[in-house]
Amino acid sequence: METMSDCCEGLRSSAVSRRGVLLGGASFAAWAYLPKFARAADGRDPRLVVVILRGALDGLATVAPLGDPDYAGLHGSIALTSGGPNAALPLDSFFALHPAMPEFARMYRDKKAAVIHAVATPYRDRSHFDGQDVLESGFAGPGRVQSGWLNRALEGLPKGERVTSALAVGPTTPLVLRGAAPTVGWAPVALPQAAEDTAMRLVELYQHRDPALANALKQGLALDKAAQGDDMKPKPGASGVSAMRLAARGAAKLMAADDGPRIGALAFDGWDTHANEGGPVGRLAQLLGGLDGALSEFETGLGARWRDTVIVVATEFGRTARINGTQGTDHGTGTIALVAGGAVKGGRVIADWPGLKPANLYQARDLAPTTDLRAVMKGVLKDQFGLTDRVLAESVFPDSGAVKPMQGLVF
Amino acid sequence: MARDSQAALVALNRFGLGARGGASGDLPNAASDPRGFVKAELARPNGVLLEVPGLQSTAALGKAVFDYQFESQQARDAAAKAATPSAVEGQPPADAKTQRRNLSLNSIAMDMAPKEPAAEPAKPVATGDAAMAPAETMRPSQPKPPPAPLNIIQKTFRAEALARLQRGLMADCGFTERLVAFWSNHFCISANKGGPARMWAGSFEREAIRPHVLGRFADMLKAVEQHPAMLFFLDNQQSLGPDSRAGKNRNRGLNENLAREILELHTLGVGGGYSQDDVTALANVITGWTYAGRLGQLGAPGTFVFNANAHQPGAQRVLGKTYGASDVTQGEAVLADLARHPSTAKFVAAKFARHFVADDPPQALVARLADVFARTDGDLKALATALVDSDDAWTAPLSKMRSPYEFLVASGRLLAQIPNDPGRYLGALNTLGQPLWSPAGPNGFADSNAAWAAPEGLKLRLDISAQIASRLADGIDPRDLLELVAADAASVETRKTIERAESRQQALALLLMSPEFQRR
Repeated sequence: METMSDCCEGLRSSAVSRRGVLLGGASFAAWAYLPKFARAADGRDPRLVVVILRGALDGLATVAPLGDPDYAGLHGSIALTSGGPNAALPLDSFFALHPAMPEFARMYRDKKAAVIHAVATPYRDRSHFDGQDVLESGFAGPGRVQSGWLNRALEGLPKGERVTSALAVGPTTPLVLRGAAPTVGWAPVALPQAAEDTAMRLVELYQHRDPALANALKQGLALDKAAQGDDMKPKPGASGVSAMRLAARGAAKLMAADDGPRIGALAFDGWDTHANEGGPVGRLAQLLGGLDGALSEFETGLGARWRDTVIVVATEFGRTARINGTQGTDHGTGTIALVAGGAVKGGRVIADWPGLKPANLYQARDLAPTTDLRAVMKGVLKDQFGLTDRVLAESVFPDSGAVKPMQGLVF
Repeated sequence: MARDSQAALVALNRFGLGARGGASGDLPNAASDPRGFVKAELARPNGVLLEVPGLQSTAALGKAVFDYQFESQQARDAAAKAATPSAVEGQPPADAKTQRRNLSLNSIAMDMAPKEPAAEPAKPVATGDAAMAPAETMRPSQPKPPPAPLNIIQKTFRAEALARLQRGLMADCGFTERLVAFWSNHFCISANKGGPARMWAGSFEREAIRPHVLGRFADMLKAVEQHPAMLFFLDNQQSLGPDSRAGKNRNRGLNENLAREILELHTLGVGGGYSQDDVTALANVITGWTYAGRLGQLGAPGTFVFNANAHQPGAQRVLGKTYGASDVTQGEAVLADLARHPSTAKFVAAKFARHFVADDPPQALVARLADVFARTDGDLKALATALVDSDDAWTAPLSKMRSPYEFLVASGRLLAQIPNDPGRYLGALNTLGQPLWSPAGPNGFADSNAAWAAPEGLKLRLDISAQIASRLADGIDPRDLLELVAADAASVETRKTIERAESRQQALALLLMSPEFQRR
């Protein structure tokens, strides 16, 4: 499904997200505690942001294997090229980045960003919703939606003080961060707030009659304060692209605070480019520009904290290697993951490249996955927070002992 | 008495849209015969239809939106042309701007003006539109900048939204309106897809959903998949058979978006026993399913047409069965078989029970509903009746959170506020994460407490309730309203909380947020 903003109802400020969010498909949530890290001794105060791109990102259009002789033919009219007015940005002798992402390219050149290519979760069918559940739950198959892997990772961390403010841009928490570890959220809404006294009375009523609602409301009330500011309000006519920046800016502001959350998740919608995907310019290019802007907002907003930050960008699966009959791509398998941040050992495209010959494609249609996305996530969690292989293999990503954490992604 | 009030809460809140205020007596009526109160609406299938003067057919709306977009494009082109050679110091040429405004005004005048007034409610209740949301989410509270005139797409969307809201606000029980919302979400489109989708969002529901809500699933399925709004939403009008004449001429081909969602979301459900090959075959089967465009070359603009030139020739094999006829009946035959597939019965039954009864509904209930669905060949009235007749639906605790739409409509019913303008409702729905007819994906809005009882959403719900209360609490005694909402089924704590509130406004906000009002 596509979201187009060319014809919005006058009163809408933006497009909407799968999980129903005010800002154009942006949602954000964070852990409610400041972890006490084992690595506090070396002065690091690590931060982690997981960005979920819902709808299945075309990895071959974002980080194009220009050196693969079959790429141009498969991606046809929307293929990136190394020359011309909107030339792809070279990453190495083989891969090039979509020209809508100059900020990521700069981080890459500064060795603060990396690409993992031909990556996929263990899910091999092509339903968005199951695919997202696998991506976010951390289980090897669909159907397990009680908690997300990031939440279970939090349970393995030493719990410190509760954060005074934290976030979930949008009314709901994404699955990746749902679970037993308490989370908090924040939404930038231009809405007068109910009086605090009214809220407290309601909390008391819920405590007697409806404990689940009491917990939810208490968390909801704790959020708004630190994030609010005039520049956080959705602007009329804001597109999904500017909404991505806005969400990232708000999240970064909260996460930069000394008592702000250290671990959060953000989700952007709209990547399901079945028709008229566009090449160097067009629909996907706009979305990638929004993502690029969001990464840049994090870099700016986190200030000195950027040094210890890792942002991981992932999507539920990729898209067909060959464009379909409508200048777009259908649901596929292998795609990319991106990592960015001051703590990233970047400047690399990490790929065991499978090639795009017909025989090398997965089911003769998709980029074949050669790297398990869980290896990337495990590597980041291990290096950034010191989670052990055993916790990662048993509780964070259950039954994933065979998938070893990727080494050396983080300083 | 207490037990009767409890059953009345189930009738009004689990199945309906909540008790109406004023002198409706909904709660005592529901208490005296809870099942009868719910089932009364099922006896009036025509009552599900929404035939409001001024609401137009999909074809008429299609023609209007095509013309509007064409004229807008022409005006933009003309403006660009005029600007390039003659623009001085980057000043936009004044005449282009004027021309554009005139064009859209013309379109509106031609297509909407005679009908728009008739779309107003038959018996408007004063001050209703001031109720539902803070001004800030809607438009500036002080009229500083003159608001841009609504274009024909926005006007149409608002007229359709208003008609749907008014129907929900005035319905006796609201059970059939809940069924409409359920099926509309099952077969959702999103108005955000673009102009035609926004234009057709209401007519899609009126034409493809409502006539079949108490009819047959197979008929609804066919009406949905052949409706221009669905074909546009999931790209099927662009999908060409690779070996069809059009496909070969234009060197274009399949788009499997609609075919996949038919199998995954509309019928069998994921895991329902289909493969990628079935998706591809079904995509081939429904090539040529499109709608006629502005010029009407294939048929009347905005109507479903089967374009044989775009249809993939030859037989196709779907779920192990070969469908020979290479015309529109090929796809219709597949849909008919999908409608009576056992996986469809299970998928629909589980979703139905989850919506009305619990996030994790009793498996025996799901099995019974699936059996009814299969035995009656997808008779949706029989399905709804079986749900109301079941004991599970009346004994399961009221644990589900009202969706934002259900909450806002229930609030409007209780406060007897029938709006003349949908703006506040639409704004509040956006804020609460359920923008009308605009889910983010083809799987529709979530239907779980995880989605609607999340911290930030609950906080926003409280803010909205406080806004409603600040506008409407004058002259209302919230203690009386509590009697209308729950009578002796209200908890002691809720009663005390409302009685001890420091103001009518606070009491009303707390009533709207009480578990008795939020859970169903």
